Amino acid sequence: MKKWTRTGDLVLGRFDRQEAAVVRGLVSQIQDMLMARAEEAPQDELAELTGIRTGPSTPPDDPILGRLLPDFHRLDPDAPDPAEVDSANALRSLHEPELLDLKTGVAAVVLETCPPDGGEVRLALEQAEAWLSALNDVRLALGTALDVQEDMPDELPPDDPRSPHLGVYHWLTWVQETLVEAVMT
Amino acid sequence: MTTPVEHERTQVDPAGEEVRTEDRPWQTLVWNDPVNLMSYVTYVFQKLFGYSRDHATKLMLDVHHKGRAIVSSGTKDKVEADVAKLHAAGLWATMQRSS
Repeated sequence: MKKWTRTGDLVLGRFDRQEAAVVRGLVSQIQDMLMARAEEAPQDELAELTGIRTGPSTPPDDPILGRLLPDFHRLDPDAPDPAEVDSANALRSLHEPELLDLKTGVAAVVLETCPPDGGEVRLALEQAEAWLSALNDVRLALGTALDVQEDMPDELPPDDPRSPHLGVYHWLTWVQETLVEAVMT
Repeated sequence: MTTPVEHERTQVDPAGEEVRTEDRPWQTLVWNDPVNLMSYVTYVFQKLFGYSRDHATKLMLDVHHKGRAIVSSGTKDKVEADVAKLHAAGLWATMQRSS
C-alpha cells in the first residue's frame, strides 16, 4: 500500500493481495456483527404497515457493538438517571435501524471496490467517504477489542497476546489518515 | 465557543414563574476517545456541519484537550439528527439540554 492520491474527483489507492484480504476480512466481520444486531430488531405488524422501523431499545451487551452504536445520552454508569435511560432507549429504538443501514452500507462499498486479490482501488469521492467511515468502524472495533489507550505504544512486548493485532491496527490508522488527507486535498 | 446558540424562548408557566424545560435548547456533545483520528474528526465537523477548517480544528482540539466539546445546538429534533449523523461517522456523540 502506498499513500492514497487524489486525481480530480478520483481517489486512488493500491493494496497487495494480503492487505486487501485484511481489509476485506475485517470489514466483512463488522458488517456481519451489524447485520446480526439488525436481526434482533423487534418484528411488529404495525411497523410493516407504516414503514416506520424500530430497533432494540437496549444497548448491545457486546462492547464492540456498544462502541459502534452508542447511547444518545451520557449516562452515569453507576447511578443512571431513570428519565435519561428511558429517553436514551427511545432514541436508540428510533434511530438504530437507519444507523445499521448506513454502517452496513459503507462496508458494502468497501467490499465492492476493494479487489479480493489486491490491485488498484479507484474511488469516486462519495465512495472514498464511505471508505473513511468503514475504516473508522473497523478501527473502533479493533481499538475496543485491543483496549487501545491514548498513549498506545507502537509495539507491545512480544509476549502480549495483542501484539500481532496492534500492527494491523496501526496500519489501518495509516491507511485512514492518508485517505483523510487525499479526500481533503 | 462560537457555535451559534438558538435564543432561549422564555415562557412563563401558568402555574408558576418557571421556564418550561422543553423550551430550552439542546446541545450536541462530542467526547474524546483514544481511537478517532484528529484529522478525521476535523473532517467530520467540516462535512457534517459546514464549519470552516479553522472552526472545525478548534472544536476537535477542544474535544482532544478538554475531553469534550459542544459542536452544535438547537431544537431537540435538530440535535437528535446531528447526534445520529455523528454516530454514523463513528464519533462518540451525545445530546443534553443546555443548562
